[in-house]
Amino acid sequence: MSERVKRAPTKLVPVPSTNKIPERDINKAPILECRHLGIDFGGLTAVNDFNMAIGRTEIAGLIGPNGAGKTTVFNLLTKVYQPTRGTILLDGVDTHNMTSVQVNRAGIARTFQNIRLFNNLSVEDNVKVGLHNQTKYGLFQGICRLPGYWREEKRAHESAMELLHIFDMEHLAGHQAGSLPYGAQRRLEIVRALATNPSLLLLDEPAAGMNPSETAELMDNIVKIRDTFHIAVLLIEHDMSLVMGICEGICVLNFGEIIAKGTPDEIKNDPQVIEAYLGKKREV
Amino acid sequence: MKRLSKQSRANFLTYGGVILVYVLLQLYNSQVGLSSMIQGLLIPICAYVTMALALNLVVGVSGELSLGHAGFMSVGAFSGTAAAIALQEVIPAAPLRLAVAMVIGAAFAALAGFVIGIPVLRLNGDYLAIVTLAFGEIIKSILNNLYVGFDARGFHFSFLADTVSDRLAEGGKLLIGGPMGISRIPIISTFTAGVVLVLVSLVIIFNLVNSRAGRAIMAARDNRIAAESVGINVTKYKMIAFVISAALAGAAGSLYTMSLSTIVANKFDFNTSILILVFVVLGGMGNMWGAILSATFLTLLPELLRTFNLDQYRMLVYAVVLIIVMIVTNNPLLQRTAEDLAERFHRKKPAQAGEGGQSHE
Repeated sequence: MSERVKRAPTKLVPVPSTNKIPERDINKAPILECRHLGIDFGGLTAVNDFNMAIGRTEIAGLIGPNGAGKTTVFNLLTKVYQPTRGTILLDGVDTHNMTSVQVNRAGIARTFQNIRLFNNLSVEDNVKVGLHNQTKYGLFQGICRLPGYWREEKRAHESAMELLHIFDMEHLAGHQAGSLPYGAQRRLEIVRALATNPSLLLLDEPAAGMNPSETAELMDNIVKIRDTFHIAVLLIEHDMSLVMGICEGICVLNFGEIIAKGTPDEIKNDPQVIEAYLGKKREV
Repeated sequence: MKRLSKQSRANFLTYGGVILVYVLLQLYNSQVGLSSMIQGLLIPICAYVTMALALNLVVGVSGELSLGHAGFMSVGAFSGTAAAIALQEVIPAAPLRLAVAMVIGAAFAALAGFVIGIPVLRLNGDYLAIVTLAFGEIIKSILNNLYVGFDARGFHFSFLADTVSDRLAEGGKLLIGGPMGISRIPIISTFTAGVVLVLVSLVIIFNLVNSRAGRAIMAARDNRIAAESVGINVTKYKMIAFVISAALAGAAGSLYTMSLSTIVANKFDFNTSILILVFVVLGGMGNMWGAILSATFLTLLPELLRTFNLDQYRMLVYAVVLIIVMIVTNNPLLQRTAEDLAERFHRKKPAQAGEGGQSHE
């Protein structure tokens, strides 16, 4: 059953600039580049020939009907699944054979569609777990409480509070993460992802279950995050007001294949996209 | 910062509680005198408390079920005790020899934990329990067939048949005699050493849990995929918890054995592993206070029953106690009462109480 899938040799052709790399990017090389990315589950092709490039400070959107393969793309990027075909270049480095842990250290952080927090830990500890690889002291120093422990813990506490401040969540620091309301859990997941110091942030339906005013606030915050941390954001979202409001480049996926790419205005008027979402106009 | 100090305060309360009990017992012993039954139980209680704390690190903090902790205890017991006998002339001071023996026992048990951990920690849930169970039995079989001798030329080993005795030079000693185990053990364990071991275990576990590594261990327990997504090497941190737990179990084994005159490998069987697990479950997983209390109580219980001639009902009473605890802790009415009481204690911060109420919606 688990026979190794042979990876087809990847043709290294330059990908036509999918999204327009923003003018403000001094370094025009994209942070993420996918070339002919694909994965099969048994006989089912979940994602096929996925090509995309994201600029260093771009907010990009990945949309499509249910089951189109959007979350699968995220799982490929973060190596929850190893791709069957194709290449992922993160800042020019091939992530082939990297594990989820290594990909995160290389600079991709993500949130999950079904929230995955560390429910029994406090809000602050959740963020500190995100800061794990930036907290530099060893096991022995931790157990013996050597000066390095106190110094690094103090710094971790300060960074955690600073990060929680983005969403005004400092007052919740001592609460158990699992007991937070739904919206706060989603925000905490974003904070935790940011704590790993990524260069690319993947948000899987960040506005799910939020009311319009919360969504508007979230939009402001995503832009604010991009502007303060100078990172790229790729988000999956069904809320079109959010996608059309903040995304600079959008990629539409249907049945595992890209059917359209472009700016929000181009996507809104694309006949194929309208067909995928609303169906064909019936000839009368 | 405030929360941190609250946490440390709770930890220091635990250390203080252990020291207080120790001082009170010593005072009582010098003034009134403890019965010989209780005196004989003090060291086993310390050993079992340490075992419960060690297993709690694996079961409660790291979230893996280990059914073979008696195996680590016996590795530590045999290596530590053998070392203590071999070092009798080198280190005449008994307390120092005991400390060295416990460190050696811990080191061997940690090594065993590491070797077992490599294949085992790739497994999840039930599989881990099954493999650790098998490990306990394997250790028992190995120790039942291992012969170790010591003389001026060094150590001699043999397996399955005793060829060591013949090879020993004049003045040599047979340390481990296969199914006969170790006999003529110098009784050098003391209650003080036991309390020190319990305190050291508490310090290690509390400091680990409140450090970077401890958070990573608990994160991996709560959600493995999310932990990997934030760059935590889950297997490594599960291994750290497992090895530290094995080392503490090994030290406890050394302490325990050196309070007895003979020890055989069959003492550390599956029943012992389950007994330790019962301590942890009864005390509440992840709750160190609970582990200390339940280990103490359940080690005392059979002896108390014996004084009332109810010895043969020991296992029955265990079962009844466990069932009662399960019913009581899962009773919603009692839970609510406990929550109400807790809230009454924390009335100082009304703002937070309102926040908590909101989150339940």
